[in-house]
Amino acid sequence: METFLLIFGAILVNNYVLVQSIGICPFLGVSKKTDTALGMGMAVIFVMSLASLFTFSVYTWVLVPLKLEYLRTIAFILIIAALVQIVEMVIKRFSPTLYSALGVYLPLITTNCAVLAVALANVDGSGYNLFQAFLNGMCSGIGFTLAIVLMSGIREKLARCDIPASFKGFPITLITAALMSMAFAVFSGMTF
Amino acid sequence: MAKKMSLKQVAKAGLLSENPVFRLVLGTCPTLAVTTSALNGVSMGLATTFVLFFSNLIISALKHVIPDKVRIPCYIVIIATFVTIVEMVMQKFLPDLYDSLGVFISLIVVNCIIFARAESFASANPVLLSMADGLFMGLGFTGSLVLLGGIREILSNGTFFGLGADLSAWFPKMEVFGLTVGGFLTFGLVMALINHLADRRTKKAEARKAEAQKAEVQKAEAARSGAKEG
Repeated sequence: METFLLIFGAILVNNYVLVQSIGICPFLGVSKKTDTALGMGMAVIFVMSLASLFTFSVYTWVLVPLKLEYLRTIAFILIIAALVQIVEMVIKRFSPTLYSALGVYLPLITTNCAVLAVALANVDGSGYNLFQAFLNGMCSGIGFTLAIVLMSGIREKLARCDIPASFKGFPITLITAALMSMAFAVFSGMTF
Repeated sequence: MAKKMSLKQVAKAGLLSENPVFRLVLGTCPTLAVTTSALNGVSMGLATTFVLFFSNLIISALKHVIPDKVRIPCYIVIIATFVTIVEMVMQKFLPDLYDSLGVFISLIVVNCIIFARAESFASANPVLLSMADGLFMGLGFTGSLVLLGGIREILSNGTFFGLGADLSAWFPKMEVFGLTVGGFLTFGLVMALINHLADRRTKKAEARKAEAQKAEVQKAEAARSGAKEG
């Protein structure tokens, strides 16, 4: 039951993009086409799961025993940057097709604030264990993917609409996001 | 941006023509998340300005020392150091503010404004100019956050900077503007308004230019016909 709540919460109730407004830059920047949005989402799921695993381990078994908790921001962002670099090299070596599909989106993940936010949320008074932290990372990534793919579908349709000149581009996208966010806000009333 | 810019140009770019929030559309996460009130906007903006100023200073000073291939990790370490300083100072001296801004202080590390300025400005310009760029970009960011925060605070709570009259006699408090929904909506509408104003200004300038050209042509024609008659 607890696991189910965690999964449901991470994907819908506390959706990083549409409820907590974290990770907006890629959400706005890479949501023009469904294919690329899906690629970005997959890469984020992958990196978020691994980053949760590593940052949680480093925080719990290295930083806390050494009383260096205040270094966590630096440590986490370095872990994430290194992880993204390693993932990029591994994918390039073993699966060139996937690599070319993800392309430029992989390095961009380093500056996706949702990844750092998940890593910080996992250790900040949530009381998660390693498995729960990993699950939270993975489901937050799925939530991000859900939001960005839905948005890209709408934007593909929007591109063919007649929009007032001053609303073209970002403003109409933001207003669409507002409507989507309204829909997701409904989940926060759900309790079990 | 390799060409030299004057201090005045840098100031104008940061505050208006290249405003990080409304023109470059960078740093959107804090823009949406912390602008529930004007005070939160100011504090987040100033914290970001501090980090931006010092990271630009250090990166610009070290631009010949940092090898090109590992520059991104170097930037990350420099930026993260200043963010940690901000975090520690705020936690000690402004605990209320620290609580209300929450995780977003740590997230200054991945604020794309700071990366973008480091990469596109500080790594190619002299130290003093980079400091000015950091300062004015930061202030432009702060101004935008206060604008959005102010609008949302007035609409959702009827106050401005936590003080002020109870405006509920004029319009009901619209709490939705304090939520993420209101953030997206306000940001979108304000940006559309700014686009509209900017468009109108360029159109006016173009019209003026066209008119001036027309007048010049007429003058030239008049001069020509005058010469013929003469």
